[in-house]
Amino acid sequence: MAGKIRVLVAKAGLDGHDRGAKVVASAMRDAGFEVIYTGLHQTPEMIVQAAIQEDVDAVALSILSGAHMTLFPRVLALMREKGIGDVLLTGGGIIPKEDMASLKQAGVGQLFGPGTPTTAIIDYIRGASE
Amino acid sequence: MSLVENGAPGADALLDEVYGARPPAPRVGITGPPGAGKSTLVAEMALLLRRQGRRLGVIAVDPTSPYTGGAILGDRVRMSELSTDPGVFIRSMATRGSLGGLAARTEELCELLSAWGSDLTLIETVGVGQSELDVAQAADTTVVVLTPESGDAIQSLKAGLMEIADIFVVNKADHAGADQLAAGIRSALGLRAPAAWRPPIVKTIATERQGIEELNEAIEKHRAHLGDPGVSEGLRREKIRARLKNAVRERLLEGAWERKGLGALLDRAADQVLHGTISPYRAARDLIERMTDHGERSPN
Repeated sequence: MAGKIRVLVAKAGLDGHDRGAKVVASAMRDAGFEVIYTGLHQTPEMIVQAAIQEDVDAVALSILSGAHMTLFPRVLALMREKGIGDVLLTGGGIIPKEDMASLKQAGVGQLFGPGTPTTAIIDYIRGASE
Repeated sequence: MSLVENGAPGADALLDEVYGARPPAPRVGITGPPGAGKSTLVAEMALLLRRQGRRLGVIAVDPTSPYTGGAILGDRVRMSELSTDPGVFIRSMATRGSLGGLAARTEELCELLSAWGSDLTLIETVGVGQSELDVAQAADTTVVVLTPESGDAIQSLKAGLMEIADIFVVNKADHAGADQLAAGIRSALGLRAPAAWRPPIVKTIATERQGIEELNEAIEKHRAHLGDPGVSEGLRREKIRARLKNAVRERLLEGAWERKGLGALLDRAADQVLHGTISPYRAARDLIERMTDHGERSPN
């Protein structure tokens, strides 16, 4: 029996705008994923512990606060430190293209900006999980 | 855990290995209608138990969509305060087609949590109606959470949810109608034949951390009651018996449709029923015959 694709969707940092994360989470559910939704104000430590306990295939962070250059590297470093460096770290938010490129260089997966169709995110995670 | 949840090869071997490696952690099931405050209550109970130094497993079940197979597992939202505590292992499970209020492999994951070192495992069911009662089988102590909005006292006479409670919680006890609800439960319990355990009614306001200590104490008392050898042996035997029946049924059906040819046979049978050639019951009997034939030839 094949397992389901499990994705952790979290809002990292301090901004309180979770509409985007909820839209993406709902689209993932409709695509047949099991979405572990942790809600607002998650610290990198909380995110990584949840990712371990829930044994997810991907961690998707929504960051609209501008803190992406701090939060993504921090989460990635913690994931590697805790032995889940092989789990995909992806996400989205208002993130300039240059920042997306440099985060990708650092080992973060593809990031998605405003206006991305949810199907693009879903296809990407599905492709990466197979 | 994912191996076991997915019923992957090797899952049963792993379960055999961990079984009995440590004493099984007592299981407390928390059930009740959607929105009764189960997640918040579980989070508060867990925080208190952690302060008492207990290691905890938490299994939180949310429903799988019957249409897409997907799920949003949102119980962690209420458990943020526990989420960096290494003494708590929280696992979210989707029901994946199971209809009893739990996920099919909930009990197996409880066994893994015992092996991890859990002193106590809290199992939060999906929001239930009156008949999703698997938790009573899976848990040693079943807590039924109701709110003044849950319905009038007549509901409390009904079979099902009301019968499986070892402990009742009236949550949101600051809302109008809490006293009437408690009185309704009490009078319904009064109509029952006297039994060795009389379910207590605990009032809580989970969002304000009120009544949590009383609830944990009530659970302790119930465990002490179960510990009484006269009570536990027969009850545990009964649960094990039901557990075995479930495990057999799961393993018989597991992957049955994926086995060679059966999916196609199902399609053909559906066509035949659709066109009125045979009855659905006849089709089902034929399919069962093919299934069991296959089972006899297969080495496992």
